[in-house]
Amino acid sequence: MAGRKVNRMGVEEKVAHVFTARNLLTAKDVLCKTELELMELLDVPMEALLSAVAFISQKVCPPCHSVLDIMKERAKTEPAYGHLPTGLQGLDGALWGGIPFGIVTEVVGPAGIGKTQLCLMLSALTSMPEALGGLNSGVIYIDTEHKFTSGRLIEIAHSLSPEVLGDNLLQQLAAHVLVLHPSSVADLLQRLQGLEEAIIEHRIKLLVIDSIAALVLSEYGRDRIIQRQEVLGQLASVLKFLAESFRMPVVVTNQVRAETGFGGKDVTFTDKAKSSVMTNAGIPDGPEHQLTAALGTKWAHSVNIRLIMESISGERFIKIAKSPLSATLAFQYEVTLSGIQQKGGQTFEASDGGKMTIQNSG
Amino acid sequence: MEVALLPLPTSLRAKLFAAGHFTTTTLLFLTPLELAREAQLSNEEALSVLKLVPRSSSSSSSDGIISASSALDGAKTAWDLLEYEKNRKKIVTSCAELDMILEGGFCPKEVTEICGVPGVGKTQLGMQLAINVQIPVKLGGVGGHAIYIDTEGSFMLERALQMTKASIDELVLASSLSSPMDDDLIQQLDIDTYLSHIYLVRVHDPTEQLAVINNLPNLLKEHNQVKLIVIDSITFNFRQDFEDMAGRTRLLAEMGQKLAKIAEEHDLAIVLTNQVTMKPSNNEISRIVPALGESWSHACTNRVMMYWIDTQRYAHVVKSPSLQAATAAYDIDECGICSAKNKSNNKSNNNENKSNNKRLKLDEEAAAADSNNNPAHFC
Repeated sequence: MAGRKVNRMGVEEKVAHVFTARNLLTAKDVLCKTELELMELLDVPMEALLSAVAFISQKVCPPCHSVLDIMKERAKTEPAYGHLPTGLQGLDGALWGGIPFGIVTEVVGPAGIGKTQLCLMLSALTSMPEALGGLNSGVIYIDTEHKFTSGRLIEIAHSLSPEVLGDNLLQQLAAHVLVLHPSSVADLLQRLQGLEEAIIEHRIKLLVIDSIAALVLSEYGRDRIIQRQEVLGQLASVLKFLAESFRMPVVVTNQVRAETGFGGKDVTFTDKAKSSVMTNAGIPDGPEHQLTAALGTKWAHSVNIRLIMESISGERFIKIAKSPLSATLAFQYEVTLSGIQQKGGQTFEASDGGKMTIQNSG
Repeated sequence: MEVALLPLPTSLRAKLFAAGHFTTTTLLFLTPLELAREAQLSNEEALSVLKLVPRSSSSSSSDGIISASSALDGAKTAWDLLEYEKNRKKIVTSCAELDMILEGGFCPKEVTEICGVPGVGKTQLGMQLAINVQIPVKLGGVGGHAIYIDTEGSFMLERALQMTKASIDELVLASSLSSPMDDDLIQQLDIDTYLSHIYLVRVHDPTEQLAVINNLPNLLKEHNQVKLIVIDSITFNFRQDFEDMAGRTRLLAEMGQKLAKIAEEHDLAIVLTNQVTMKPSNNEISRIVPALGESWSHACTNRVMMYWIDTQRYAHVVKSPSLQAATAAYDIDECGICSAKNKSNNKSNNNENKSNNKRLKLDEEAAAADSNNNPAHFC
């Protein structure tokens, strides 16, 4: 929308000519200046300018629908009311059906905790035929650490639904998943910005970036924090645009880093049914043992949902740390042949006051 | 016209003659202050003289003479404003303590900014307000509609549905206890009705955000019962893609002004959510400050900061021309925003064996709480 050309919108002729003469060609050029700046630049009377700006604003303004209308529309066109079920019953329940379409979901955790396994499982679920419980749609898997293996993807799919190993189905499934290896952050950004056609052509219904942290942190170290923030903002912006415009889930994985500053706080996991309590009593207090998500506060604002995968005394939990949909609930899981499965039926309440510390013990 | 023919006291006329004013033409272009100084008159005397001078109505604007009446166009007396302020309905938050520090809730004609760390509840509060603005007038509410401008994709329909249902259930219960509900009320307290009165606009970049704000007058004409506009968040689109930071500051300032004008002219409340950023200070420990810079701090009427201490959420009025600096604890549950819940029991059981550490932590918390209550800490 920002790139729409002013002279094709039907703005009053005189003003349109002046815009072009002063090199204000797109809606963005015009609207991202204050009225005073425009008047100085263009030397046009205020009323003519204001009415041109109002006209352009009206053309570029996104549509405005009531929540009821949007809901009815989605109920008609989307499976599971716009969610991708993960198979972890507790998580799906808390997230109203699964990973939501239209927003960016981040999965963060220490190395080896199962983030890639979760991404592979979601890819399998998206690409499998509908008859076998999948979405029969394409997946774009952006693999920055070369962890993607087709073998494991197929193993997961087969384990989720044994019929998959027939030749035709196998080929169909594997053909649905497109794996990309961007060479740099700039390359990634460029590809994402040009992805619209591919998404439509290949009927993509899931975008995975595993992991976004590895790529960004390797290029933007401590000395380039400002540039890193800028590029993260641009990435967040384009990811949200893709998620929203194509009504699909976008899943990105992030790393952990040691938390600096304040000492750790106790995190208590309380079973909702109040029948058992788990604590991190085994963790020594001290900054070097406290972990937090990498990429900073601005990135934490940008993701819509943050799922933390962590390990407490050898047991693994997936925790909904930030979400507009649910409280801070955690569920136990294990890595199996079918990817990630919930272990036990308990729901844990795990609020640590927004500090979002990540544990990795046992 | 001859000055001698004007109905003036003799001494006044003599002073005018002494200053060289024999005909009214020389008086035409003077302001009261100028005449007073020239002719040695008091301001009131000078004004009374000038009021007698016949001026044609067309001369006033082209010659730059501003008559007393047009300078005060649109002004209201403080007394009128007081009546308005006492009677205006505020939008409640569903948490009594939070309403209290806001002296009732969010007011029309004001722009309030809500800042906080990720996950503290800014979007939840925005959604709660979009629901609570619809509380029917008969039940003491504003009875208006809401426009929700979503720049981050945080507005989740399922959550809105959940919160709406809870709110309506509460209202139905409360109102049916006092008297049987009439048909009108029953029609208003309906989930579909509520959801049809929240208008969602999804914005993807700064151009669209500015376009929406410029286009609000048209949107408000189409949806003329809107009493609340939420922009969630005002920040996201402006934190990248701006090489010219000075230009960004000007743009933000203009945006703030446009919003204030819309709030005033259309008599509605505007609530903006803002993100936070880390600002390194002298002793190396970064502070959490609202994003968008110092100059943006001036743009809003009120600013409320939301933060955590331990596992409790707090909201603190940081800046307001009429509200005291005050803090309230609040929580979020399945129904939406609510009063703070008592959490002490479970935690104390687990921390008993760490009593010394616990006391230390409490002191830390108290110190943090003190500094958190000090407005200077945030701005």
